[in-house]
Amino acid sequence: MANRRTIDARGSFCPGPLMELIAGIKMAEVGEEIEILSSDKGSANDIPEWIKKVKHEHLGTEERDGVWHVLVRKTH
Amino acid sequence: MKILIVGGGMGGTILANNLARRLVTEMRGGKVKITMLSASDRHMYQPGLLYLAVGRMTPDELYRDQASLLEPGIDFQVDPVEEFHLDKNEVKTKSGKVHGYDVIAIATGSRPSPEDIPGLAEASEQFYTEESAVKMFKRLQQFQAGRVVIAMGVPHKCPMAPLEITFMLYDYFKDRGLADKVKLHYTYPIGRVHTLENVAKWAAPEMDRLGITYETLFNLKSVDPAKKVIKSEEGTETAYDLLISIPAHRGMQVIEKNGLGQRGWIPTHRHRLNMEGRDNVFVIGDTTNLPISKAGSTAHFEAEVVGENIAAMVKLGTPVRDYDGKVFCFIEAGKDRATYAMFDYQNPPQPKPPTKAVHWFKLAYNKLYWASARGLL
Repeated sequence: MANRRTIDARGSFCPGPLMELIAGIKMAEVGEEIEILSSDKGSANDIPEWIKKVKHEHLGTEERDGVWHVLVRKTH
Repeated sequence: MKILIVGGGMGGTILANNLARRLVTEMRGGKVKITMLSASDRHMYQPGLLYLAVGRMTPDELYRDQASLLEPGIDFQVDPVEEFHLDKNEVKTKSGKVHGYDVIAIATGSRPSPEDIPGLAEASEQFYTEESAVKMFKRLQQFQAGRVVIAMGVPHKCPMAPLEITFMLYDYFKDRGLADKVKLHYTYPIGRVHTLENVAKWAAPEMDRLGITYETLFNLKSVDPAKKVIKSEEGTETAYDLLISIPAHRGMQVIEKNGLGQRGWIPTHRHRLNMEGRDNVFVIGDTTNLPISKAGSTAHFEAEVVGENIAAMVKLGTPVRDYDGKVFCFIEAGKDRATYAMFDYQNPPQPKPPTKAVHWFKLAYNKLYWASARGLL
């Protein structure tokens, strides 16, 4: 199983979950999975859009108890 | 109880003063000792750098003697920590002294890291240090016409700074009669002009009105100083005549070197504000890895919670309060108008349209800061 790190961005309004992911992805190794937790539904939509644009891999999004778990793999 | 505070910025200073007031009796009786270790004998008002960069403050206005801000009885030493030995409850300083502690608070802050982006340090003007802000202002004075591009890395200290510097630059050039000759172009990492949706909702039309162009989903990847072009992670590029950057930040090197947190950010419990896995190590301000603004007000509110909790640990043997994620930020919307955003983990901000009254209050706060650092406000 690939290494996985979790970014807990629940309750983050500023800088917000996508910004947390942008910062967090720099710290990850290529191939590493990053799970970002967000309590904001808008971010659950924005994150996959950005992932696609910068050509990382969106592995899936799940909502559990009002928290969106977005899973990403760093590809480059 | 020995309480050690590492860092003499906003968070460390408020914490030290908060504790000294709460524990004055215990300090007089010799039961509590508070020591602060800092890298400098001066305290900088960091938000002032924004004004310095556009010629609205001078360097001397940014500083006070750190010792003058501290309550009597606090043992203040200019001797930065170089080694953390958390398993032994000890730190070692630059001078070679070893300080033991029962409780430690780490508030070492963050630093701009332009070297993370190829070409950025040499090609752009910045305002996150006194030297760079003065240099930027002198460069602005010489600039007569062309395209000014604002670009940033993530994370950066003060998430309001990109918008603030953009609107302040507009007013700066307008006051010089150059509004038609200088064109501002703003870039931003996510899909709107500011991470706070309500702020973006007023800022984007304001930029449209002023003729400031913008490009969102632009994450700075590299700078080509020869061609005067910046490139984004998203595959786009834009040309500049003058590049103003808000560099990505890192925590301090001493945190990275001691293995306390990747890129200098210490994993911190979002409510208790202790370092994950260590009950007697607290973390305040920019040094945490929490998903909230790296800003003075964050450090301020966190320091108040940690102060109350450490004092309660002395008096009751247990902490008493959780940090709720509270942040308050002024937002300068030009040279003479401002608004603010206040939020916590549960409640999003609802910023109002900018007014002159809030700008005047911000100018007042530029002075009131020193009362705030003393713990009086």
